[in-house]
Amino acid sequence: MVVECLTGTKVLMKGNYAIANAAVLAGCQCYFGYPITPQSEIGEFMSGKMQQLGRAYVSAESELAAINMVIGAVSTGVKAMSSSSSCAISLMQEALSYATSDQLPVVLVSVMRGGPGLGNIYPSQGDYNQATIGGGNGDYNIIVLAPSNVQECIDLTYKAFYLAFKYRNPTILLADGLLGQMMEPVEFYDYPYPEIDTSSWALTGAKGRDARVIRSYAPLETDQCVYVDNLFKKYKLIEENEVEYEEYMTDDAELVVAAFGSMYRNVKSAVKICREKGLKVGAFRPITLYPFPSKRLSELADRVEKFLVTEINMGQMVRDVRLAVNGKARVLFKGKAVGAMIDVEDLVEEIEKQMGGV
Amino acid sequence: MATQVFKIPESFRKNVRYSFCPGCDHGVAVRLVAECLDELGLTENAITATSIGCSVGLYDFLNVDSIEAPHGRALAVATGVKRAKPDKFVFTYQGDGDFASIGWAESMHCAFRGENLSAICINNTTYGMTGGQLGPTTLLGQVTTTSPTGRNIEYYGYPVKIAEHIALSDGTAYSARVSLDSVANIKKAKLAIKKAFEVQLKGLGFGFVEILSSCPTNWRMTPEQAHERVRDEMMQIFKLGVYKDITV
Repeated sequence: MVVECLTGTKVLMKGNYAIANAAVLAGCQCYFGYPITPQSEIGEFMSGKMQQLGRAYVSAESELAAINMVIGAVSTGVKAMSSSSSCAISLMQEALSYATSDQLPVVLVSVMRGGPGLGNIYPSQGDYNQATIGGGNGDYNIIVLAPSNVQECIDLTYKAFYLAFKYRNPTILLADGLLGQMMEPVEFYDYPYPEIDTSSWALTGAKGRDARVIRSYAPLETDQCVYVDNLFKKYKLIEENEVEYEEYMTDDAELVVAAFGSMYRNVKSAVKICREKGLKVGAFRPITLYPFPSKRLSELADRVEKFLVTEINMGQMVRDVRLAVNGKARVLFKGKAVGAMIDVEDLVEEIEKQMGGV
Repeated sequence: MATQVFKIPESFRKNVRYSFCPGCDHGVAVRLVAECLDELGLTENAITATSIGCSVGLYDFLNVDSIEAPHGRALAVATGVKRAKPDKFVFTYQGDGDFASIGWAESMHCAFRGENLSAICINNTTYGMTGGQLGPTTLLGQVTTTSPTGRNIEYYGYPVKIAEHIALSDGTAYSARVSLDSVANIKKAKLAIKKAFEVQLKGLGFGFVEILSSCPTNWRMTPEQAHERVRDEMMQIFKLGVYKDITV
């Protein structure tokens, strides 16, 4: 596949290839990875494409090494990424904590599979908490973008690189095995965002200036407090400016079904069917999982009676919805640990049950 | 007329307070690194990935662009830097715990890939910053805070011989073990560091130097006794020498 020929034409493509192609078009100069199903196509594609373009590709010895190689590469101001899945993203948590503290524009693609532990290779959304809360140490946030179709895999890959550099903060594209493996018609286009100037911080060798140090270690208590306070000023800006979500028929909705990522696809179908049945129901999808659209959910909760959160996990995003709604409306949950989306029929049945039947 | 015969290397930051303990060989090792950077004209083109432990302070001492790697990951971070900017001179400065215990996979695979990088590893047979625990290079019989009756094979296994392992990799261009216990050995150590830097500049592969160093504080010794231990005990197990040099 020659990337240059892709822009401006409609092609049928797998989610994993769409992400990889978008990363190349976004100007990603270095890819570091280790194979894991269901995202291995990303590394396979990158191994050939990056060499063809004279860019960097390393088959890392582990995910632990891969994400640290990304840290090294982005510290010089170039765009770099890794991709992985679930149990292997667990191995990257240390580095993600460092990267937030070091304020490095790391881009990581997480294609979720079943868990916990090794789990299996079926789709899942069980790593919502892993992405949004994380397992690294200390106070930090990672920007998390969740596509729900293959076109959005492209759109949000572009955006991941942009936001990572704009805020000098690690950014995760959170897809799942369903999106990674399914094919949909997509259209590529040129990277739409401005290039961010890195000349004030990137490591380029201390020529004609004092040496720069990218570090997370502040030996004194007060220094560390000031440092983390500044990080949180940045997070406040992100929360004020970068929230993105999708709403469907929420204007007069008495019940709003909330879902992220691939699960939203069936939610929207179920809401359409319920509307045809005369039920006042709407759908809500956070596109940015961090920053989470808490403010909008809180506004909706002023008039919505119930929220039904559906996820392919045992209830993770539902906690963020409850925090946002803060007791103003009932928050219900329907989920399953792993596998394909919950069926539309089951969702319709659940909505009807929660709305007292028709 | 007076002639200046000794000065602070240009690669050193000015007006820095050194955090190493009295008698510690880190100070000598960092100075040798700085002298080699000076003499090869690398300071302004260098980027270093620092490590965790006593060696973490490198970025406070050297006037070189630096990124702090997580514990053991220095050579993974350095790989990322070098692959992104192949024209930069990239090196790491790590302790034995960082390089050969928690970072063994990253270190060995860097050598296997033959990354054009230079790595310096300080071997003082203990975890210094955390107070002298048993590490990968702790000698058999050595008493540490986590081997209170001495390192025995049953509980702890054997010390790692780093330079020999690195030399086994096809991707390694240079691997040597040196010591800082005498003026003669300090001079040899400097030549080895310079060689490990030069193989990178020539694009020949991975350059590595293991430096046997004293840790008087955690060994509960005077600096003089500590150097005697380097000679009498460490150098008996960790033999000095060049284990691989593809340029000869």
